[in-house]
Amino acid sequence: MAILTKDEAQALLKKVLSYSKADECEVNLNGSNNGNIRYARNAVSTSGGVSQTNLVVSSAFGKKLGVATINELDDASLEKVVRRSEELAQLAPENPEFVSFLGPQKYAESVTFVPATAAITPKLRADAVAQSLQVAKEGKLVAAGYLEDNNGFAAMMNSKGLFAYNTSTNVNFSVTMRTTDGKGSGYATRGYNDITKLDTKAVTKIAAEKGLKSAAAQAIEPGKYTVILEPAAAAVLIENIFFGLDARQADEGRSFLSKPGGKTSLGEKLVDERVTMYSDPLNPELPTSPWAGDGRPQEKVTWIDKGVVKNLTYSRYWAAKKGVKAIPSPDGVIMEGGTKSLDELIKSTKKGILVTRLWYIRNVDPQTLLLTGLTRDGTFYIENGVIKYPIKNFRFNESPVIMLNNLEELGRPERTVSVETNTNYLLPPMKIRDFNFTSLSDAV
Amino acid sequence: MKRREFIQLSGLGIGGMLIPVMGNSIPIPLSLEERLDITQKKKLADVALNTARSMGATYTDVRIGRYLNQFLTTRENKVQNIVNTESFGVGIRVIVNNTWGFASTNIVTEDGIKKSAEKAVAIAKANSKFQSEPVKLAPVKAYGEVVWKTPIEKNPFAVPVSEKVDLLLRANAAALENGANFISSNLFQVNEQKYFASTDGSYIDQDVHRIWPTFTVTTTDKTTGMFKTRQALSAPMGMGYEYMIPKAEDKVQGPEGIILYRNSYDIIEDAMAAARQTKEMLRAKSIEPGKYDLVLEPNHLGLTIHESVGHPLELDRVLGYEANYAGTSFATMEKWKSGHFNYGSNIVNIFADKIQPGSLGAVGYDDEGVKCKQWDLIKDGVLVNYQAIRDQAHILNQNESHGCCYAQSWSDVQFQRMPNVSLSPGKDPYSINEMIRDVEKGIYIAGRGSYSIDQQRYNFQFGGTVFYEIKNGAIAGMVNDVAYQSNTQEFWNSCVKICDEKDYRLFGSFFDGKGQPSQVSAVSHGSSTARFNGINVINTGRTL
Repeated sequence: MAILTKDEAQALLKKVLSYSKADECEVNLNGSNNGNIRYARNAVSTSGGVSQTNLVVSSAFGKKLGVATINELDDASLEKVVRRSEELAQLAPENPEFVSFLGPQKYAESVTFVPATAAITPKLRADAVAQSLQVAKEGKLVAAGYLEDNNGFAAMMNSKGLFAYNTSTNVNFSVTMRTTDGKGSGYATRGYNDITKLDTKAVTKIAAEKGLKSAAAQAIEPGKYTVILEPAAAAVLIENIFFGLDARQADEGRSFLSKPGGKTSLGEKLVDERVTMYSDPLNPELPTSPWAGDGRPQEKVTWIDKGVVKNLTYSRYWAAKKGVKAIPSPDGVIMEGGTKSLDELIKSTKKGILVTRLWYIRNVDPQTLLLTGLTRDGTFYIENGVIKYPIKNFRFNESPVIMLNNLEELGRPERTVSVETNTNYLLPPMKIRDFNFTSLSDAV
Repeated sequence: MKRREFIQLSGLGIGGMLIPVMGNSIPIPLSLEERLDITQKKKLADVALNTARSMGATYTDVRIGRYLNQFLTTRENKVQNIVNTESFGVGIRVIVNNTWGFASTNIVTEDGIKKSAEKAVAIAKANSKFQSEPVKLAPVKAYGEVVWKTPIEKNPFAVPVSEKVDLLLRANAAALENGANFISSNLFQVNEQKYFASTDGSYIDQDVHRIWPTFTVTTTDKTTGMFKTRQALSAPMGMGYEYMIPKAEDKVQGPEGIILYRNSYDIIEDAMAAARQTKEMLRAKSIEPGKYDLVLEPNHLGLTIHESVGHPLELDRVLGYEANYAGTSFATMEKWKSGHFNYGSNIVNIFADKIQPGSLGAVGYDDEGVKCKQWDLIKDGVLVNYQAIRDQAHILNQNESHGCCYAQSWSDVQFQRMPNVSLSPGKDPYSINEMIRDVEKGIYIAGRGSYSIDQQRYNFQFGGTVFYEIKNGAIAGMVNDVAYQSNTQEFWNSCVKICDEKDYRLFGSFFDGKGQPSQVSAVSHGSSTARFNGINVINTGRTL
């Protein structure tokens, strides 16, 4: 029952609105079928499926807002949740920052739904994992992995005539391959909207190769090194820039985009001129929803153009106060790159370190966006264009803003998954000079 | 691991799409009514037990759960959101063919439960084809019909929303009046009403409460473009609203006028202090990197204990079940079996428990019906035990579960979760002032900050909330840009002094994540202020 068609969703939302007695009412409806299978120590450990529906009702009396949610959709429950949101609104103090709900909007035709992904069966999941386990068996390695797929819809309607609907699918897969003596470990992850693009055997082979090659790592001194970050490693650093694009924080003087004298970096050069980042809900490689959760259209937006900050995200309240367009936060971000493959980036490196994955990323200083974390599951020393030997893992302290000013070269972008947030991105592998490793770790 | 969710929650804006909580919203008065009485729950639980048994299950447990949350979010003089949620349903876990199966439903009727029990049996049968290690359960006593409640004095859900919102707004005003530019404050209240029954002969009714007031104060300097933030020095607690009513005997005087809190919290006083301290931070000097003796206050040290002792001693992690996500552990079975692995110096005694009053982990029985207890993890510096549940105890050649099985809701399967993990106070009388007096070159750190640790829990880096330099036995002013890096075993072996029990108090982690799909749990860590010699401190200041 979880997935409603556009017509079904529209009819249901109309019914919910018919119960409203508030000045304004807005209803969001989401449903999803989620399937997952997890394995470790070369055997399936858990598997499951979750079907969920969630209805969120926001009622406003003047500037007093109340929000209530429910997951039962019979008529009595629908009326009940509307009444509850109205009761909460009456209890709430006035919020001077409340902005009246949006009127009707125009959205682009979404490309986020792939029927094949929506049709995934438990057998397909089990077979995909069996292929991964076969690689472990053949390579005498220990596999642990996780496959999760999602088929969902989202719809919203409000008393001012707005209606939005979208369906989407996605699948994320990750696998860790360890040597039986625990001295080597490799990892690979992929995310797609379309399950037919996922080859768990091929992905597992990448992890297996890294696991085998990373065994017997040598320790080298911490310090500043030229690094090549694979897209999965770059993602967990770069995404902190996207999370910090809020204009209000910058205007209030409490963001890495804030500058002395109450100014911000908007319109100014922040990073190397070869850096261009944008979001585009219609990108065929990384499609995302054409509308945001409050009904604003998601359009193609360039955030950083040739190193210059071009746009920031705005709440509708802050945009009205500043008299600018209220651009919502993006769902997926694309960074332009070059044409070189990862191998070509390695070949052009005299001395450097290949980082395949970064782990446990935390913000150390919001003023400079300084982050800490560690390398994991395959770190290699490069000399004269070839990988010489595996090295022990490092802790780093580095800001993605400083890092993108120390850019040497960008490779060909590919779709990758952040292991910190599960968000998908299109990012190039990148060569960075003076990347700051601050200590060694014994972890494998 | 659940940092993103928390950020999302604390930054709640207008509109429901950002609410990352499950369950149905309910009006406040309704939340106090019982959905089912205990007789009805027992009858429904027996339907699950009998259905599964008749279909070949050799073991069944059932959890009928009602989970209530109320989250209040404010900034400056505005209430941004008031969210009430309720979630009600049943989770049924069975063993068939020596294999686990689990199913859950929100249809809490005899028919709904019967169908769910059948589904759990079918899943167990299907999974048994992949089974390589048969499930072996440690024995557990039949407790019959028992009841346990968090010993709260004041039910937070019975306190009017207006009173709670007013307190947060008064704290916000106090921060602004004392020079802060911004403050956002939250009050999280959780009530788990859990009824557990199993074929081992227990019917356990529990009512569990947790509360967490917190805020972030920000002060900016427009001329320089600098800004500093300071989080609340509160701890999430396994208590009722009485935690929000300050009591003089719960205030602990730290150095430089810092006030720390034990079993009650003064949010207004702390917000005022936070404003003053952020202003001081804007003027404070940047730390000179190098080796320092660290004096770590319990509301800071708790997070270090959590990451460097709590997580590495989870048995499933040690065995490799978390290898693809959280990682494995340096604290291998070989090290434990040797009987002389020096995790820390000989004054380091670290115990696990699910019973400390006021702690987030405290319950009468865990989510598989095992009576909770206390046990040693590190004794006189030596690793002596792990955290294990019923199906893991045999791996340690032990015949009793530790009672630390937990599920975040009725709809999720229960698994091994971290209990409270705490550092025993020093045996001899020793105060914080005496500790500072004995340090020549050091840093006093209070409150939690940035934290990161590798996937086997060797190398870590921690920041804090406030830092004071110690020179020749006295505080020499506030410092900025401090983070310390160490290795777990080296760090705990550098522990040379621990204050006595008078300084003992709890730190808490409200949204600790584990597993794929991830589940959250809440856990406390007790300690007294402790001293660690010669720890590497780095300077985290940069310019863009």
